[in-house]
Amino acid sequence: MMQVANNSYLAGLLEGRPFADRGDALNRLRAGAVERVGVLSLPSTRDEDWRFTDLAPLTKMCFQPYRGVPAIVESDIARYSIAESAQRLVFVDGVYAPQLSSPLNGGIVVSSLAAALPAHAAAIVADLGRRALFDNNAFTALNTAFLNDGALVLLPRNAALDTPVHLLFVATRKEAAAHPRCLVLAGAGSRATVIEEYVALTEDAYLTNAVGEFVLADDAQLTHVRVQRESRQAFHIGHSAVALAHGSRYHGIHAGFGARLSRFNLDVVQNAEGAECEIGGLAIIDGSQLADTHSSIDHARAHGVSRQQHKCIVGGSARAVFNGRIVVRQGAQLTNSAQSSRNLLLSERARVDTKPQLEIFADDVKCAHGATVGQLDADEVFYLKSRGLSESVARSLLTYAFGAEILHAIPVASLRDRLEKMLLAQTERA
Amino acid sequence: MIRQDSKTLLEVRGLRATVNGIEILKGMDLTVKAGEVHAIMGPNGSGKSTFAKVLAGHPAYVVTGGSVLFEGKDLFALAPEERARAGLFLGFQYPIEIPGVANAQFLRLAYNTVQTQRGKDELDPLEFDDFVREKMKLLEMNPDFLDRSVNEGFSGGEKKRNEILQMALLEPRVAILDETDSGLDIDALRIVAGGVNQLANKDNAIVLVTHYQRLLNYIEPDYVHVTEAGRIVKTGPKSLALELESRGYDWVSAAAGAAA
Ligand SMILES: Nc1ncnc2c1ncn2[C@@H]1O[C@H](COP(=O)(O)OP(=O)(O)O)[C@@H](O)[C@H]1O
Ligand SMILES: [Mg+2]
Repeated sequence: MMQVANNSYLAGLLEGRPFADRGDALNRLRAGAVERVGVLSLPSTRDEDWRFTDLAPLTKMCFQPYRGVPAIVESDIARYSIAESAQRLVFVDGVYAPQLSSPLNGGIVVSSLAAALPAHAAAIVADLGRRALFDNNAFTALNTAFLNDGALVLLPRNAALDTPVHLLFVATRKEAAAHPRCLVLAGAGSRATVIEEYVALTEDAYLTNAVGEFVLADDAQLTHVRVQRESRQAFHIGHSAVALAHGSRYHGIHAGFGARLSRFNLDVVQNAEGAECEIGGLAIIDGSQLADTHSSIDHARAHGVSRQQHKCIVGGSARAVFNGRIVVRQGAQLTNSAQSSRNLLLSERARVDTKPQLEIFADDVKCAHGATVGQLDADEVFYLKSRGLSESVARSLLTYAFGAEILHAIPVASLRDRLEKMLLAQTERA
Repeated sequence: MIRQDSKTLLEVRGLRATVNGIEILKGMDLTVKAGEVHAIMGPNGSGKSTFAKVLAGHPAYVVTGGSVLFEGKDLFALAPEERARAGLFLGFQYPIEIPGVANAQFLRLAYNTVQTQRGKDELDPLEFDDFVREKMKLLEMNPDFLDRSVNEGFSGGEKKRNEILQMALLEPRVAILDETDSGLDIDALRIVAGGVNQLANKDNAIVLVTHYQRLLNYIEPDYVHVTEAGRIVKTGPKSLALELESRGYDWVSAAAGAAA
């Protein structure tokens, strides 16, 4: 019974899909995804991967894609602009907004995917849909079924972008469903910083179902800042897939503040020797928010390094979930992996479920992991109070410090300051 | 300096306290007047740190008896932060590391909180920076310590200097310095002691908790107290410290036992 209901809900989300057959290079990918959506069902809490995240609130509402022209102007989004960034692409309710964007079309391409498709079809088709796999992921399949446009960052061999690229996804409409897509192709030896940010100009409920693929060729270096600050009524489903070639380095800072229900899947595959990733995750939630992060770091080859630190600050009756899977395959000798999950509960009703999941098939590896769940340290609070700070100032300072450790790693000062202020405001509210 | 007409700043009478249900303080008595320097010495585990933390209001310790007046008012009626604002300062034996909280921010918040309490103006970050750098010079501290997290990765001696820096900023009425000298090499000891001496005046008082007579070569105590099993069992002049240094603590407890 449930299955049927779920399937029809998924089918409903497929409605309003524009022009299945646009005769472009993505036809096959889209068609395959549409077919897959027909077979898959919406996850339920009986699925191990969704045990703690009940999608029932989502299925009680209807979301439709918006197909009109973006109706906002620069001043509406001025507060999100990042001074350091020279290239920005803006999508409004999933639709590319050229008048708000500053693309780049030289050797380095920062562009709407649709606009760049004719010129770069081969490069795009080679990777798009091949990293964020949708065989077993209904939401990624759904996103791919809608794939007409997206954000494309293409870095040729040894290209270096000195200023960050800002990919800004703005929600403005009640009950809109957006399926944003990012594709970052970093050529051998290239370097860039990409900010992928989700913001809202509405307080209402809507659905963001975002997928990003980040493909790093040999020795490429990418810093990826992902900021999720959707409305407090929104549903945010995100999937970032990272593929790392020989000697490449991915530095991810992923911060989630918003949404009523958010689910973020991070898949990192280190498919060649000497690849390295460093990941800092932060979820800060309260009220009745739910933030679920599932990450998977797959060490397929030797000499790989991964560093992951995930933190949750949970207040009110909010609930956080972290599932951190680390795979070290048989040939991946001398892998060096460290994962830590640290969680701060600010109220009696707050809750976190954290689970490391280590699957190690090589014998000469270093894998450290640890998880803590707790309140603020009483001795730290006392130390601050013994210097005259009030209980509430002491607590908010310590809570702030806990989260700021992750945000400190953001290499873009104006964004870092902005997010640290948000963190401070949130900790003072708690 | 002992002066009969000085104001009494701290008056501890029969103080008893427990931690985890175990009685540690078993009737402490101590009177501290303005202008005085007191040294509390005693074997490990005799309750010196417990005494200091009970006065500062650490939540793990439960006061089960006795009284403490701070400038004539009931100290235990105040929350820990109120005690600090009223002018009680504890230099911790083991200062806590607080990752992520910048030392400069922490010091400024603490300073401004106490200034506000005293009806004085707060300093903004720039003004404070100038002000705190001056104080750091006194302690020969590298200004880099401002940008680091509170005590994080500081050596033992650096942590102790940071404590004295806080004391210098907060200008307390009564400062209890818990083994501020331990772990310091002779140069650091001289600098820290110099800092404390500059801060001591006729209106405030200092209580030094220490193991070693060494510190007392630099900071002259007016009284030396010896603790044992949660009580002060002997009080004497500075020369008592020398005697303890040469004879150890055993003879004090034997004498106290005989007297009891
Ligand atoms: N949190 C605690 N739990 C249990 N016992 C404690 C605790 N803190 C101190 N004590 C005990 O209280 C006694 C006094 O300790 P302390 O005040 O640190 O002594 P001192 O500073 O004189 O060395 C010791 O026996 C110590 O083990
Ligand atoms: Mg002690």
